[in-house]
Amino acid sequence: MHNKYEVVIGMEIHAQLKTKTKMFCACAVSFGAQANTNVCPICMGLPGTLPTVNAQAIALAIRASLALNCQIRPKSTFARKHYFYPDLPKGYQITQYKEPLAYEGFIEINRAQIRIRRLHLEEDSGKSIHAGNESLVDFNRCGVPLIEIVTEPNITSPDQAVQYLHELRQILNYLEVSDCDMEKGHFRCEPNISLRPIGQKQFGVRTELKNLNSLRNVREGLEFEINRQTKLLNEGKAVQQETLYWDEQTKTSGTMRTKEESEDYRYFPEPDLPVMNITEKMINTIKSNLPLLPAQRKQQLIRQYQISPQIAEVIIETKEFADYYDATVKHCPNAKLVANWLTTEVRAVLNQQIISINDFKIKPQQLAQLLNLLSENKITGKNAKQIFEQMVTTNKSAQEIAKTQNLLSIEDDALLTNIAQEVIRENPDIVTKYRQGKTSVIGYLTGLVVKKSQGKLNPQKITRTLQQYLNT
Amino acid sequence: MNKSDLARLSIAAIHQKLKNKEIKFFDVIESVFQQIKNNEKKISAYISLFEQESFEQAQQLDQTVKDFSNLHPLTGIPFAIKDNICVKDKLATCGSRILHNFNSPYDATAVQRLKDAGVIIIGKTNLDEFAMGSSNETSYFGKVANPLNPEYVPGGSSGGSAAAIAYSGCLGALGTDTGGSVRLPAAFCGVVGLKPTYGRVSRYGLIAFASSLDCIGPITKTVQDAALILSTIAGHDPYDATSVNMPVNQFLCNPDALKDYTIGVPQEYFTKGLDPRIAQIVEKTIAELGKKCKAVKQISLPHTSYTIATYQLICTAEASSNLARYDGVKYGLRITKDDLIEMYEQTRGQGFGAEVKRRILLGTYGLSKGYYDEYYGTAQKVRALIKQDFDQAFKTCDIIITPTAPTPPFKLGEKIADPLTMYLSDLFTTSASLAGLPAISIPSRDKINGFPAGIQLIGRAFAEQEVLNCADAIEKLYA
Repeated sequence: MHNKYEVVIGMEIHAQLKTKTKMFCACAVSFGAQANTNVCPICMGLPGTLPTVNAQAIALAIRASLALNCQIRPKSTFARKHYFYPDLPKGYQITQYKEPLAYEGFIEINRAQIRIRRLHLEEDSGKSIHAGNESLVDFNRCGVPLIEIVTEPNITSPDQAVQYLHELRQILNYLEVSDCDMEKGHFRCEPNISLRPIGQKQFGVRTELKNLNSLRNVREGLEFEINRQTKLLNEGKAVQQETLYWDEQTKTSGTMRTKEESEDYRYFPEPDLPVMNITEKMINTIKSNLPLLPAQRKQQLIRQYQISPQIAEVIIETKEFADYYDATVKHCPNAKLVANWLTTEVRAVLNQQIISINDFKIKPQQLAQLLNLLSENKITGKNAKQIFEQMVTTNKSAQEIAKTQNLLSIEDDALLTNIAQEVIRENPDIVTKYRQGKTSVIGYLTGLVVKKSQGKLNPQKITRTLQQYLNT
Repeated sequence: MNKSDLARLSIAAIHQKLKNKEIKFFDVIESVFQQIKNNEKKISAYISLFEQESFEQAQQLDQTVKDFSNLHPLTGIPFAIKDNICVKDKLATCGSRILHNFNSPYDATAVQRLKDAGVIIIGKTNLDEFAMGSSNETSYFGKVANPLNPEYVPGGSSGGSAAAIAYSGCLGALGTDTGGSVRLPAAFCGVVGLKPTYGRVSRYGLIAFASSLDCIGPITKTVQDAALILSTIAGHDPYDATSVNMPVNQFLCNPDALKDYTIGVPQEYFTKGLDPRIAQIVEKTIAELGKKCKAVKQISLPHTSYTIATYQLICTAEASSNLARYDGVKYGLRITKDDLIEMYEQTRGQGFGAEVKRRILLGTYGLSKGYYDEYYGTAQKVRALIKQDFDQAFKTCDIIITPTAPTPPFKLGEKIADPLTMYLSDLFTTSASLAGLPAISIPSRDKINGFPAGIQLIGRAFAEQEVLNCADAIEKLYA
């Protein structure tokens, strides 16, 4: 429907930095604390107070800038952005305007480059809560450090926009720069969208979309807006420059403010904060401590452990998950087995319990013990799953469960010989089939032996033994 | 000497008497409050007074201080703090209705340092609303009168602090100086006012008017007292990123150092606009100094004529930003309305006085889209040129001498209806503010209608010691 037009999307991201304290004061940063408990005269903007810059926030912002291939400005400045709102206690937000910390970066997504125009530091506002005919303000969030990352308008589809956000979140998560939890508002995005006839150089009129608090909302919001603009253009009508608000319930957007209503923020250099000097030395120190990024981590998994790209993708989804993988492999050399288990059994439990790997009850070393038993044929695959299920609900180790419940495979050649011969005797038809060349029936025979041994004999050894008898 | 006259002495003299155990801490407080009782009604220097607390603190000191040999020079000294500087659990009104009921939950760093030294804070002094003014007539809490002649203005904006010192209603006072607000009232009231280098004294707890210019400075009877106070309040503060991290020595007064100084006289300050009687006093002083200093030199500060305009553009822009927080939401005045915007408009409309509104409007305009470069941007460029003028001048001289104010004090009500004329009172003081340099005003010996003229000395950045040495030499010259 909109193939006449080229889609042009630019993205503005706000990510909450994972600092211990706020951007300009010593108040703790925490989510879910009782309202107005993490506040002080400084973040409340009381008369006479002054901001001082949080060094950890600068370091994290530089870390993000480097990972996003940005240039870092040796001297950058803060600015005040003015507007009146009850959750903005100073009447202005301290942000960066003319000389942002970093500029001209990029992220690569499927060989396309999403260019980053700028990355800067700023403080968050408080939170207004409207209840009935009363409005309340919680200043706990006020002054929490954010980075704003602005792309060039060179995202070409909702798909690519979502991929960009996914990748960016993953990178920030790996850098431990931000938790990037969209639901908690750690990661907010405001795309702007315009269309232009294919081949035209000049940009069309753009709209900005707000209130997109999940990747799904981003996709749906963008698609809605592209359709809306396409329809307007096809009808010969003009797109108005405005800010739109996405309604998750109705899946439509509505006007928040038009261009005429846009505010004049009266930016000017923050006189309370001197120029921020970023030295070569600082940059190099941070550079040398950069962790492996998701893409590098994925390559490492594929190269070092011969894991398929699809499974590697799942493992690197979050840094915590990838770290869990590495920690498990340290204690269980069967890397592929670990990968398979993590992406199936473990993943399933996390999904079911709706928890992250950090909150997973079984620690890497414990899981490794289980997988070692399996890998060394001391338990059967079936028993391994049974043991795993119990590990999830109890605090017992794999070894303990296997032992007390008699699930360990046994090494009893005499028993194996007996049962194998018994099964061969009892199933002449199948033996004949095997000998006529239908060797796949060996699986069935193995199964019978497993059953007769109550699962205690090692299936691989059973198969080998059966083969010996049948081939002679 | 009669005990009731103790308040007329300098801090240094009182300290000596305390140290010698000639007097008690209680005597000092008693004498000061006697002066307040005698004068406050007609002068109105104070917005709040802490009489009972002050007496209790003095008694406490009389009971607890045993080691008088190591007594800090400021221990037990009655202090007045301008009401735009925060003192914990005390009002900090800024002379404005919008903050008429605001109690600060914390101490300004300078106040904290004074408290650590053992001063007794006896009250908070009146000022032009938000320190915007040169006459101390714009306070919500009423005008301040000049103790030398109550029909005249005390100068602003630290008029309350200067008047309190002048009538011995305290021994030491803190004022704030954005474009001359310590120096001008000191000049009008015949006392000493020191504006330190920008960054020398922490601004934490100084309620901002124009952040890039605001300085806390002492107002005292003598140069030596100013040195004592500066020594106590100066120094880096981790709560103020613009405070400078360099060591602070005890500031002393060494008048003999004058012989090594070349005094610069900027020709641009001795032209039209300067009252000839003041010119004569300053010139006479320069002639006397000339006999004792290394040399006197004519110098030029070529961008002097741009200082008032530059200052107005910068200070109004910053003020419009700094005063945005007074919105009725969190503290201070709130005019309750159902609608948020209406609440803002009524609160700010009724909370601010005319001069403050005028400056907020000018500043808002100057920062608006499309005007920023023309106004604020240009002003910043000219500010750099004004700084350069001083850098250039200080290649050939050590101290610059000028009059503090172009005119003697004027009568209450005389200029209040004419802001542009009023702004000219800061003609000679704003340049040191824009350049961030230390400057002092000391009263002349000769008088005009009973008012001494203010002599201003400006020094290099962080050269307060040289400024104090020279000021002390002049003080001794007059004695």
